[in-house]
Amino acid sequence: MSSPAALAGRGVLRRALRHPSFASGGALTLLLVGVAALSLAWTPHSAYLIQVRQRLLPPSGLHWLGTDTLGRDVLSMLMVGAQNSIMVGVVAVSIGLTAGVALGLLAAARRGWVEEAVMRLADFGFAFPAILLAILFTAVFGPSAVNAIIAIGIFNVPVFARIGRAAANVVWAREFVLAARAAGKGRLRITLEHVLPNILPILVVQATIQFAIAILAEAALSYLGLGTQPPNPSWGRMLNEAQTMIFTAPLLAVFPGIAIALSVLGLNLMGDGLRDLVDPRLARAR
Amino acid sequence: MSEILLEARDLARHYRLPRTSLFHPSPVVRAVDGVSFELLRGRSFGIVGESGCGKSTLARLVMALEPPSAGSVRLLGCDLTRLPAGELRRLRSQFQMVFQDPFGSLDPRHTIGRAVGEPLSLLGDADGAARAERVAEALAAVGLSPADRAKYPHEFSGGQRQRIAIARALITRPALIVADEPVSALDVSVRAQVLNLMQDLQDRNGLTYLFISHDLAVVEYVCDEVAVMYLGRIVERGPTQAVFRRPAHPYSRALLDAVPRPEPGRRRRRRQLAGQVGSATERPAGCAFAPRCPLAEPRCRTQAPALRPLDEGRFAACHFAEAMLAG
Repeated sequence: MSSPAALAGRGVLRRALRHPSFASGGALTLLLVGVAALSLAWTPHSAYLIQVRQRLLPPSGLHWLGTDTLGRDVLSMLMVGAQNSIMVGVVAVSIGLTAGVALGLLAAARRGWVEEAVMRLADFGFAFPAILLAILFTAVFGPSAVNAIIAIGIFNVPVFARIGRAAANVVWAREFVLAARAAGKGRLRITLEHVLPNILPILVVQATIQFAIAILAEAALSYLGLGTQPPNPSWGRMLNEAQTMIFTAPLLAVFPGIAIALSVLGLNLMGDGLRDLVDPRLARAR
Repeated sequence: MSEILLEARDLARHYRLPRTSLFHPSPVVRAVDGVSFELLRGRSFGIVGESGCGKSTLARLVMALEPPSAGSVRLLGCDLTRLPAGELRRLRSQFQMVFQDPFGSLDPRHTIGRAVGEPLSLLGDADGAARAERVAEALAAVGLSPADRAKYPHEFSGGQRQRIAIARALITRPALIVADEPVSALDVSVRAQVLNLMQDLQDRNGLTYLFISHDLAVVEYVCDEVAVMYLGRIVERGPTQAVFRRPAHPYSRALLDAVPRPEPGRRRRRRQLAGQVGSATERPAGCAFAPRCPLAEPRCRTQAPALRPLDEGRFAACHFAEAMLAG
C-alpha cells in the first residue's frame, strides 16, 4: 500500500473507477443518460409512428426489440422513455432535496418547537400514501407528466427532511461544533460551514436512491395512467400496455421491466460507491 | 496583587431529566450547584474531581456556551451571562477553549488553516494575507510548519492535533484559555510535551488558564491554584502546594491518596472510599460527601458545611477542616 499522499495525488477519477460498485453503477447510469441523450438526436425508428400492419413483431434485424400492439418500435420507445425517466428523477429529487434539507437543517439548528413542528409535518407526509397523494394531485390538477413529477417531489420532501435532521443532529453534537460556537459562530454559519458539508455524503447517497425511487414511482403512476400521457413514451405506460398482451407477447413487458430494473440498480450501486468516495477518511485509507 | 480576570459567582446549572413517571415531577440534575471562584491574570487555576462532578459543565458555563441556571460569570468586568449576543461574540476573542478530544474538536472536512483561522472570521480585522500570516504565526508558536495548513486533521497524530487546537485558541490573542482535559486523551509520552508547550505559551503571552482535569499530577504540575469539586460544588480551594501537601477536606485527601506515588521507604496508608458517588439528582440534606466520608458524624448529615476560609488563602467546606489541618 502506498502512502496517503501518493494515493491522493492520483486523482479522484482514478480512485472512483477503481471502486467496483461505483464503476458498475456509474456505467449503468451513464448508459441510461447516454441512451436518453442519443434519443434526442437519433432513434432507429420514430417512437411515435403507428404502423398497425407491423404490430407485435418479434425482435428482428429491422426492429431489434420488436414492435408493440400499435406497431411502434419498442427500442425507440425505450430510448425516448429514458429521457422521461431522467427528467422525472432530476426534477423530483431536486424539489425534495431543496425543500427537505432546508427543513431538516432548520429543525436541527433550532431544536425545540421548530423541530417538533417540522418533524410532525414530515410524519404527516409519510403517513399519507404516496400513490394516494399523486392520485389526489392529478385528480385536482389533471393527469400529466408535470403533475406526476410535482407529486413525486412532494413525496420526497419528508424523506430528505428526516434524513437531513437526523444527520445534522449528529453533527451538532460533535465537539467541533462546540468549538465553532466557542469561536463565536452563529447557527446559520455553523449550519452552512460545518453541518452541511458533513452531511453531504449522506444526502448524495440518499439522492441517488430517491432518484431510483422516483423512476419507479413515475413508472407506477404512468402505469395507472396518471403520469406521462400518450403519445409520449414512458416505461410505466409501456408496461401497462403490455399487460393485456402478457401471454401473446411477453417480451413487451420484459423490455421496459429490464430498463427500469437496470436504471434503479445502477443508481443504487452508484450511490453506494459515492458514499465511500465522498468521505475523505475512507478514501485515503483505501 | 494582580487584576482579577475571571470571576464566577454562585454559578449553577441544573438539567431537567425526562420524568420517570407521570405522577412524579421530572428529576433535576444539579450538575453545577453554586460555584464561586476568582482567577487572576497570568495565573493557572485547576479544577479537579472525578467524572460526573460537573467540571466540564463548569467549563461550558465559563465559555458562555450554555446559559447558567443561576449566578454570573464576569470576564474583564463584563457579565457574560447578560451580554447581548453581538457583544458576546466580539468578546469571545478574549476567551478561547481547548477541548478534550483532539479527534473530535476539529472538523474533518476543514483544512488545518481553516480550522485555526476560524476564530478570526468574526473579528473582521483579519482577512486574506493578514489572516494567512496570523495562521502561520499561530502554527509556528505551537511548533507546526506553516505548510501544514493545507492538510486535513486525519493526517496528524493526537499530540499534533492538540497543538493545532491550541494554535486555534491562541490565534485571537486571548487573555483566558479554558482547557477541558487537554491532555487526558493523549499518550503519556506526548502529555509532557503539550503541557510544556502550554506553559511556554503562558510565559510568553501572559495567558491565564482555567485548567480542568481529573489527573492530579497534571494539575499539580501546571496550576498555581486548585479547586476540588464534588457533586457540583467546590469542596476545597487553595494554592496547589498547600492543598496537595495538607488537604483540608476528606474528599481531597481521598483523591490524593488514590494517586500512586513512587516514594520509596515511605508507606502511605491508603484510605479507600467506601460507597458510590452520590447522585446529583437526590442531594442529601447535609454534606453531599457525608455518605462516603470516613470522618462523618451525625451533624454532617443534617447540616451542610459552607465553604469557609482557613489559612494560606485556603477554603474548605468541611466541619472538620481545622482538625484535618492540625492532624
